[in-house]
Amino acid sequence: MTDSKYFTTTKKGEIFELKAELNSDKKEKKKEAVKKVIASMTVGKDVSALFPDVVNCMQTDNLELKKLVYLYLMNYAKSQPDMAIMAVNTFVKDCEDPNPLIRALAVRTMGCIRVDKITEYLCEPLRKCLKDEDPYVRKTAAVCVAKLHDINAQLVEDQGFLDTLKDLISDSNPMVVANAVAALSEIAESHPNSNLLDLNPQTINKLLTALNECTEWGQIFILDCLANYMPRDDRESQSICERVTPRLSHANSAVVLSAVKVLMKFMEMLPKDLDYYGTLLKKLAPPLVTLLSAEPELQYVALRNINLIVQKRPEILKHEMKVFFVKYNDPIYVKLEKLDIMIRLASQANIAQVLAELKEYATEVDVDFVRKAVRAIGRCAIKVEQSAERCVSTLLDLIQTKVNYVVQEAIVVIKDIFRKYPNKYESVIATLCENLDSLDEPEARAAMIWIVGEYAERIDNADELLESFLEGFHDESTQVQLQLLTAIVKLFLKKPTETQELVQQVLSLATQDSDNPDLRDRGYIYWRLLSTDPVAAKEVVLAEKPLISEETDLIEPTLLEELICHIGTLASVYHKPPSAFVEGSRGVQHKRIPARAGSGESAESSDVGQSGPSEAPPAVIPSQGDLLGDLLNLDLAPPTATVPSVQPSMQMGAMDLLGGGLDSLMGDDSDTLGGDIGGSPSMGAGLGAAPAAMPASLGAAPAVGGGLGDLFDLGGGVGMPTGSYVAPKTVWLLAMKGKGLEISGTFARRGGIIQMDLTLTNKAMSVMTDFAIQFNRNSFGLAPAGPLQVLTPLSPNQTIDVSLPLSTSGPVMKMEPLNNLQVAVKNNIDVFYFSCQYPLSLLFVEDGKMDRQVFLATWKDIPNENEAHFQIKDIHLNSDVASNKLQGSNIFTIAKRTVEGQDMLYQSVKLTNGIWVLAEMRIQTGNPNYTLSIRCRAPEVCQFVYLCYELVLKN
Amino acid sequence: MIHSLFLVNASGDIFLEKHWKSVVSRSVCDYFFEALERATEPENVPPVISTPHHYLINVLRHRIYFVAVIQSEVPPLFVIEFLHRVVDTFQDYFGVCTEAAIKDNVVVVYELLEEMLDNGFPLATESNILKELIKPPTILRTVVNTITGSTNVGEQLPTGQLSVVPWRRTGVKYTNNEAYFDVIEEIDAIIDKSGSTITAEIQGVIDACVKLTGMPDLTLSFMNPRLLDDVSFHPCVRFKRWEAERILSFIPPDGNFRLLSYHVSSQNLVAIPVYVKHNISFREGSSQGRFELTLGPKQTMGKAVESVLVSSQLPRGVLNANLNPSQGTYTFDPVTKLLSWDVGKINPQKLPSLKGSMSLQAGASKPDENPTINIQLKIQQLAISGLKVNRLDMYGEKYKPFKGIKYMTKAGKFQVRT
Repeated sequence: MTDSKYFTTTKKGEIFELKAELNSDKKEKKKEAVKKVIASMTVGKDVSALFPDVVNCMQTDNLELKKLVYLYLMNYAKSQPDMAIMAVNTFVKDCEDPNPLIRALAVRTMGCIRVDKITEYLCEPLRKCLKDEDPYVRKTAAVCVAKLHDINAQLVEDQGFLDTLKDLISDSNPMVVANAVAALSEIAESHPNSNLLDLNPQTINKLLTALNECTEWGQIFILDCLANYMPRDDRESQSICERVTPRLSHANSAVVLSAVKVLMKFMEMLPKDLDYYGTLLKKLAPPLVTLLSAEPELQYVALRNINLIVQKRPEILKHEMKVFFVKYNDPIYVKLEKLDIMIRLASQANIAQVLAELKEYATEVDVDFVRKAVRAIGRCAIKVEQSAERCVSTLLDLIQTKVNYVVQEAIVVIKDIFRKYPNKYESVIATLCENLDSLDEPEARAAMIWIVGEYAERIDNADELLESFLEGFHDESTQVQLQLLTAIVKLFLKKPTETQELVQQVLSLATQDSDNPDLRDRGYIYWRLLSTDPVAAKEVVLAEKPLISEETDLIEPTLLEELICHIGTLASVYHKPPSAFVEGSRGVQHKRIPARAGSGESAESSDVGQSGPSEAPPAVIPSQGDLLGDLLNLDLAPPTATVPSVQPSMQMGAMDLLGGGLDSLMGDDSDTLGGDIGGSPSMGAGLGAAPAAMPASLGAAPAVGGGLGDLFDLGGGVGMPTGSYVAPKTVWLLAMKGKGLEISGTFARRGGIIQMDLTLTNKAMSVMTDFAIQFNRNSFGLAPAGPLQVLTPLSPNQTIDVSLPLSTSGPVMKMEPLNNLQVAVKNNIDVFYFSCQYPLSLLFVEDGKMDRQVFLATWKDIPNENEAHFQIKDIHLNSDVASNKLQGSNIFTIAKRTVEGQDMLYQSVKLTNGIWVLAEMRIQTGNPNYTLSIRCRAPEVCQFVYLCYELVLKN
Repeated sequence: MIHSLFLVNASGDIFLEKHWKSVVSRSVCDYFFEALERATEPENVPPVISTPHHYLINVLRHRIYFVAVIQSEVPPLFVIEFLHRVVDTFQDYFGVCTEAAIKDNVVVVYELLEEMLDNGFPLATESNILKELIKPPTILRTVVNTITGSTNVGEQLPTGQLSVVPWRRTGVKYTNNEAYFDVIEEIDAIIDKSGSTITAEIQGVIDACVKLTGMPDLTLSFMNPRLLDDVSFHPCVRFKRWEAERILSFIPPDGNFRLLSYHVSSQNLVAIPVYVKHNISFREGSSQGRFELTLGPKQTMGKAVESVLVSSQLPRGVLNANLNPSQGTYTFDPVTKLLSWDVGKINPQKLPSLKGSMSLQAGASKPDENPTINIQLKIQQLAISGLKVNRLDMYGEKYKPFKGIKYMTKAGKFQVRT
């Protein structure tokens, strides 16, 4: 008697028959009928029509029947909410049952019925069950809170279930603790900012105790929760590590990996010279190795995580290279991951072994894997300098096999090796040329053409070789066409006499017969360069290329740190921050590795990662959707209306044109050639050379703006009281959010010109170019008065300071807060949005000194309601020094009165948009607290004016 | 947490679905089917597949794909481990884990899945507890149930569910009290062309079958515990005691369980039991190839090497093989190009060999790839790492149990490159 009979009822009237059976008097028949219904349900048949009949079977003392009915209810309650109410009474009754199994079952099932009306009835039974005497019921109820929260979050908060859940963390039963933690973690995921899991040393202690006694699944929840804790000092960190390490010997791989996460994160805080630190490092290796002997899918997840661990702490697995050797029957996804890790672990000590393995892989059957193995040899050559020669000879061996795809792949990597070690391995070119005819993939053809062009002077028949490619020029892919164009120009510059015809041919092919704008543009550029100034052409085209970087595929440090905090999660499998891809985890808080005590290096890095509470955090604008149209429509050319008069518009036009042209060139290079292929270095160098050649025209703009400002500044220093206060730069855009671009900045008013001082830092692995900036509409119409002057590409780890003059003639829209400014910065990678706040003193104009009579009249004129009072505390200046200081920021003192030892200063300020602000400041001798009364027709500015006072007086 | 589970058979049909939260349409599996189509081999489907709104995590066991659907950030290993547990439970309950077995017991399967996960959180995954909640179907019980109308669902809260030893139920009674331990070691190795070892490691497990009355407390000690520096324990093992004294002390679960698994990777500790002499060659321009293979014992500590099975995936260009084994039988499948040779026992006096020729397609060029030789073998009464159990003691109960320990060495992924 098997259940498969339930599947065979396909005759007509099946539902009708089941209905009759469900209403039968015989218990056994009823049960069989419900089983049939469930069986139909599992294969996706619609049996919802039987709802009332099935629910009628619920009132039974037969537990199996009850469970079956519950299964049915969970599936269909949503489609029949009114009928589902019928079940409520039974649930409520069951929650009072003396058998804990039945109580738990009732509360568990009730939570699964996702019908709003039912949730109301659920609250009371749930409250009781959360305090039930039986831990089995309590632990089930804890999960039920998470279920209810998913259906109706507000209800859970209103009913205070969250607090009850928090109390359960201190429960005496470890299983209850684990489930409470799991439920809270799930709820916290949809409330990123709530302080649900408020971890303190006491709760941590409870969690660690429960960790030893709860089930394997509970251990995972607790460990993942522990990983979010930030220990106070290295001692606490060490004691947590000590109590977590036994988990590394657990049979469940998920427990092991969660424990690894906690240890990897907390060991960051331990001083490196501590004995325990070394012990811990040693303890981490064996469990990771053991994970690799598990089933392939476990291996895959483990390998993705080991990839991160190896990048963060290569020392852990540096002796374990052999476990990553590929077995021929590993699934392909495991093979590729192992290969990647082998390259990361490759060093001078083990390179011989690695190369022998890689060569072995190159004879395997799977083409994708073979290709990757050949590439890996190239990456080893670039990574381990001492082994480059060995790698090259291995590649040559492989080329001799004449296996088509092996040869092509080998040629692509040899080109990279040439770029890393120029003028070292050119002897192999002859061998490469022999295989010219077998190349049929664009990437391999492009690589070969690059090699021929680059070393044209050493290849006797370079012109013939290139000519042979030229014959089918139009059938080639763009990548090959571009490469061929550059290579022939190089050849011409090296051997001008014999190749004139060839170069003319290619230039005309590229410019006249091609529809591809990239190709045409590059063709024209070369043509003009060659025809106007061959010497310059040589400098540009044959310029020395930057060496390619060691490892182009390393994960950026900031991202790596974040991913280390997410070991074992989906994020770690995809190597993306969780915020980037997991739905439902809106606004996940960025986790970071704690700083090591007393270590400067990591203290600095934590500074970057953390938006400290003291400084105003740079609010990154959440999504593009929130932005107004004009911000999205980021255009490089500034609107002419905002061009300040100091810059002749003619020059602007010229600059724009050039900028655009260069842009498109840059664009096509990186797009079609992927940045590291032949043409780009020469073009990159060409661009690099351009500013040097034309400093007068290109560099003029910043010189004008900045120079003028400087002049004024100088004037200010001599004739006027001290200049206005400039706040230190704060970080506005974190490198993490800016794909490696970090922006910090401040605002200054120098000689009547508003300037935004920016520091751009490239923390990514690639060069950044094409910077542009735009502001959203804001309260005072601030807008860039010129383009962002970053002309040279920003190479990795480079920092550049830029001053951007601002005008106040941009579009106006009131912001909240008033001084909020939303900025978009673009570069070749993406567009980034952030917002910052500027001090209002930026907008205080120089002619803000009001006539005394007018002042009196205006003061009276402004209604009393508009007056705001403030206290400025802890200022130890006398009234004269204070008024001098304020005048530097264009707050002018019009009159001073002294009444009963109290100095009263009357001051005026005018904003760029013509709003006047009047102030009365009382200074009592001996009292460091000043009283400030501000009157203005637009009272919302008073608060910000007060902040300016405070800022100026305190600095 | 885990949202839903779909079971997909080898022909790509969903034959069971279970949802623990709201119902997810089975169309979500289309992404899985796409990946399945792209994969060249059934086992090459990537374990984690992302779709616009969900993540699909799958394992392939017994030719069934277990596809779990998750929606929020969940540790993938957690999901995979859970799926393994589901497979183990099915196997435990139905003897086999096949589509037919699952369909035959669909209601029990449903009850089990409901019991194992609540709202996506694991609830009861220990087989001891599950068996108390839902009794495994047996023919006798089915008959009895039909007559008496009783059920196979337990009416009481399982005792193990919340105790400190959740893996053991109370009130266990046996007339014969026995405890058997199997020390099983598998050698994974890659041997290169010239016969030298590239990597070799031992995956060892100690599987136990304990049928003891009451609440016995066992200790197991080893002659050479130093070998075990990389171990994973069953939760019953007291870790502190192991750390301090290198003794396994535990209250065992009832029935079959894996007490411990370990890993020996230090090269000089791994003995290689057999060697292979091979000559597989093709001549350029000829449509014939030579095939010669000889096996011999290497480091076997004087024990016999049995159940030897040699298999190799010959190059695609090979049409047929005409070979002559000195012992045992061989087969060659011309479609899959899989050669397998059932050798049996290796006699050190007369080494087994397989010699002959292979025929290639006429005019085809010499194959590029070198076939890898895969070897399976068994050595009874030997743990090749040298691990030996010293003694087993029982405390807490008065009776004298019958104890037994068995050793066995097997080849795991033992590969010889040619």
